[in-house]
Amino acid sequence: MGKILKQIHYTPAKIERGYSNKSLYINVGDLRIEEKEVTGFMKEKFVGGKGFDLWYLWNAVTPDTRWDSPENEIVMSVGPLGGITQYSGTGKTLVCAISPLTGIPIDSNAGGYFGPLLKFAGWDALELQGKAEKDLIIFIDGNEGVISIEEGEEYPEDSHLLAEELTTRFAGSEEDKVHVSVVSSGSAAKHVLMGMLNFSFYDPRRKTVRFKQAARGGLGTILRDKHIKALVVKFKGIKPNLNNPADIAALNRIGVKYHKEMHDLDEKQNGMRKIGTANTILVMNKYDLLPTRNFQTGGDPEAVKISPEVFITQYLTQGLHDGCWYGCTMSCAKAADHFKLLTGPYAGQCVTVDGPEYECAAGLGANLGIFDPQAILEQNFYCDTYGIDLISYATTVAFIMECYEREQIGPEHTGGLDLRFGNAAASLELLHQMSRGEGFGLLAGLGIRRLKQVFVERFGADPKLLEDIGMENKGLEYSEYLHKESLAQQGGFALTNKGPQHDEAWLIFMDMVNNQIPTFEDKAYALFYYPMFRTWFGLCGLCKLPWNDIVPADNYKTDTPAKVPEHVQNYVDIFNAVTGKKIDNDELIRQSERVYNFQRVFNLRMGSGLRKHDKAPYRSLGPVTAEEYLSRQERYDKQLRELQGLDPETLSLEEKIAATRTWREKQFELLTDAVYKRRGWTNDGVPKPEHLKEIGMDLPMLLEVVEKHL
Amino acid sequence: MISVNTREQPWRDGLNVQALLDEMGYVFRHIIVRVNGEYVPEEAYARRLIADGDDVQVLHLIAGG
Repeated sequence: MGKILKQIHYTPAKIERGYSNKSLYINVGDLRIEEKEVTGFMKEKFVGGKGFDLWYLWNAVTPDTRWDSPENEIVMSVGPLGGITQYSGTGKTLVCAISPLTGIPIDSNAGGYFGPLLKFAGWDALELQGKAEKDLIIFIDGNEGVISIEEGEEYPEDSHLLAEELTTRFAGSEEDKVHVSVVSSGSAAKHVLMGMLNFSFYDPRRKTVRFKQAARGGLGTILRDKHIKALVVKFKGIKPNLNNPADIAALNRIGVKYHKEMHDLDEKQNGMRKIGTANTILVMNKYDLLPTRNFQTGGDPEAVKISPEVFITQYLTQGLHDGCWYGCTMSCAKAADHFKLLTGPYAGQCVTVDGPEYECAAGLGANLGIFDPQAILEQNFYCDTYGIDLISYATTVAFIMECYEREQIGPEHTGGLDLRFGNAAASLELLHQMSRGEGFGLLAGLGIRRLKQVFVERFGADPKLLEDIGMENKGLEYSEYLHKESLAQQGGFALTNKGPQHDEAWLIFMDMVNNQIPTFEDKAYALFYYPMFRTWFGLCGLCKLPWNDIVPADNYKTDTPAKVPEHVQNYVDIFNAVTGKKIDNDELIRQSERVYNFQRVFNLRMGSGLRKHDKAPYRSLGPVTAEEYLSRQERYDKQLRELQGLDPETLSLEEKIAATRTWREKQFELLTDAVYKRRGWTNDGVPKPEHLKEIGMDLPMLLEVVEKHL
Repeated sequence: MISVNTREQPWRDGLNVQALLDEMGYVFRHIIVRVNGEYVPEEAYARRLIADGDDVQVLHLIAGG
């Protein structure tokens, strides 16, 4: 136990209709601990969760704030529905900060118990500001009403050791471990810009600490830059009525109906309870959507080696409850138990690996040309315990591997690492270098945007090629779906607030396969509705998966099955049942629109948020290289014929690639026009004052920012 | 010819829904099939014949990620 540097006592606030109405501010620089009121204005305009995070963050920073400025904050909040136990997916914590990778607000979310326990400890949100000189542990005891800041130098860095040790210490007994949750990062987060946050929950059946991640955008890097080694919250006494909802009978009724659907239908639909999100690996491969070798193609015959069945039969423990918050019958947080590590500082040890999620198998597998489940799980484990966002890692290493194979960089630059596609040993060594803060791993940890500059300026690489194949937008690496054939999803990634993460919109099937949104206006509507609908989960503390990874048996009868209308109504009803408000479907979308536009203006305030910042790398839009074109030649030739009226027989390969590029880049620009118009933005991507007024966000602070860009 | 998700596809005599899904590579489990607007339950895929000129809708339901 480290020396206690500061300790305060407080009276935990009672939760009323989903809110404690208090937030906690901690400055680790001067050890200030303060309580703030959550105002009616905050609840009206920002609802909670990501909305509260962005509001506090806006007030903490200036346009000159950088990710490592002391005033940058990590803000986290679970939202008014967070912590209810009647419905699935209600334990998400939303986290925001100015990102090391993008320089603008990042939002990321995680399951695990921290957010709900924080609220039940009396806090709707937590702001962390300042920078400590030495490593600290922050402990919030929600039963005793004590907050302590103590020295944390003596604790291990890596999350699987750190969280286990802190859980054991602060629980005090085996049965109390489920009442403790830890937020931590890992040894690599001090050395890379893509550090992430692990949110723990104790699994009493496995008798081990498990993790979900708020991974995107470098939040773990900021945590460690502030010298916060871990946050710990303890609260004993979880009950279904802790949110003191306005109508618990309605909550129970909606929940019972939903859980029956899950019980009856999951096995016939996506099988989330068996394999989680990794159920789609072979589906993505079949539909040419599994990113392979840096998004060059959408599949590979070897993908069968990393099929869901392989993970289910050889690695993942079945039959255990795998929910990452109480009451989640989707139970999709799968784990490989007794997994023997072959490399690194923990080689020879058997560990529990949380995963693989789809993104993990696709990113650390296919996108690196690695079709070896053992190697995927080992990279998964080390990304997690070292505190590395595996999506940014995978997409960055895929880029590096392509640069290596195209001789833009060589072994003289990588310290001898033979970073060709498929070399799992080299990827694992790169991870260990990130943990140790040495070698080429240090460079790789900068992410693609900075690597492009380094490779060009120091290693003489071709800048045009690197711009085309570096899969980043706004500085954030793309998540793991090949989307060249879905114009809507090109926008779903690039026309986002934080950067290309699929949690705003996943429209590939609607667009590319179902052909439901053929016109620019259709796509623009989808790029309005779905990002707004999905933003709402982040305002309330909800997981997206229970919305549409299981749907009612009669969903097919509805006019809009992709929206899953019955589940949308569930969410409206749950919100009203908890808060006592009377929102409808339109107000749900409007709640999100307020926060979404606030975030867009926040980007503008930080020097981003314009059309030029929404530009996509060409690899996202179409075939960059001759190999890519030739691998799908029939498709591309047909498009030349049918879309452009060109005869491919009369064109050279270079001419066909150029004509395809001109066409596709034009389509993306036309899509951008349509999306901005639908969202109420100018053609340069700036929210119009009249639109801000219409949605109730014509706040002087926002108008002052947008008026500079009109 | 038939229309599948508003795109033209070749038709052949005896084509049923299951054969069409196989040929299209539509292996995703979570889909809705409608022929001329009429819902076809999964257990009827193999026996529901598709006629020349039919309008087939195969909705893949995940909107997800």
